Amino acid sequence: MLTAIFTILVLQLIGEVLQKYFDLAIPGPVIGLMLMLLTLMMMNSKKLNILAPLRTEIINTSEKLLGYLSLLFVPIGVGVVMHLQLLEMQLLRILVVIILGTMSTMIFTSLIFSRISGKKFDD
Amino acid sequence: MTDVDRLYQVWVYLQAEPLFWLTLTIGAYLLADKAYRACNLFPILNPVAVSIILVSACLICFEVEYERYFEGAKFIHFLLGPATVALAIPIYLNWNIVSRAKKAILMSVLLGVFFAISATYGISWLLGLDIQTIMTLLPRNVTAPIAMGISEIIGGVPSLTAILTIVTGIVGAALGTFTLDLFRIKNMAARGFAFGLASHGIGTARAMSKNDEAGVFAAVAMGLSGLVTAVMIPLIFLVAQGLI
Repeated sequence: MLTAIFTILVLQLIGEVLQKYFDLAIPGPVIGLMLMLLTLMMMNSKKLNILAPLRTEIINTSEKLLGYLSLLFVPIGVGVVMHLQLLEMQLLRILVVIILGTMSTMIFTSLIFSRISGKKFDD
Repeated sequence: MTDVDRLYQVWVYLQAEPLFWLTLTIGAYLLADKAYRACNLFPILNPVAVSIILVSACLICFEVEYERYFEGAKFIHFLLGPATVALAIPIYLNWNIVSRAKKAILMSVLLGVFFAISATYGISWLLGLDIQTIMTLLPRNVTAPIAMGISEIIGGVPSLTAILTIVTGIVGAALGTFTLDLFRIKNMAARGFAFGLASHGIGTARAMSKNDEAGVFAAVAMGLSGLVTAVMIPLIFLVAQGLI
């Protein structure tokens, strides 16, 4: 497990360093995500067979971490509740944006997806 | 020294240490998660929302400043970065499905993300929200750690983005099924994909609980839309700046 945690941290670290050094617009952890995807795919190749146990370890550890993803939002979420007065003036309008924006995005995306994937709407 | 004095001293000590705040946060989350499961994953009882309310209520009752709480809770907050890196795993594990429906996934994620950004910007602008609020709202449909990173880069308020992201997730999970039924979308892959793209992890969890195929496509959509949004928003800014 420790090797997996170390790998995740190293990839995030590389991501953050690249983001800061080149002043990239993509967040460091997202660069880390892409590097992780590349790493896992490289580990897939026959030549790197010895790395298979590490790959399994990374997958298991990551899935455990993602199982608690919801918990990780709590500290920052509390901050907003405590500073809710900052939003007061715009709260209602923000809610309208979120509700309309989310619903329309869902409709648009599902229509596009079902059209391209070629399946008919069986209604 | 009276007993009350002693208790007060213990409290003063606890406030200054991470132990109590970590215990409170995890305890509140476990409680909220139990309640959510007990109520059959009823979308309004989203565990993130409920634990935030529980912890906030405690802080307000005992008149604790947020900064003091965060000194302890930051250890949990730190894990958001590694968790973002770990989001590569659902994409990697579902790579077979992804490559089979490659065209639909690629086009839908590009158009869907572009639509989400435009809809948020357009509606906010029509309602006359100020520019900082719009920037804070813009990445709201992707998973919070990515949304916060984008928000910081484009001049929003990351902590505010986090909660708007969570609100978006709850709204999508709560109203998504109804909306898609209204438009008679029966294709499970398409439904799941829309849940993951429009309301990230919270929507994905909802899709997974309803249908396996929908769940896989939701997970793929969540991961890819996070990635595409992180690249597309800054790109739109560059193009917009070039035009001005």
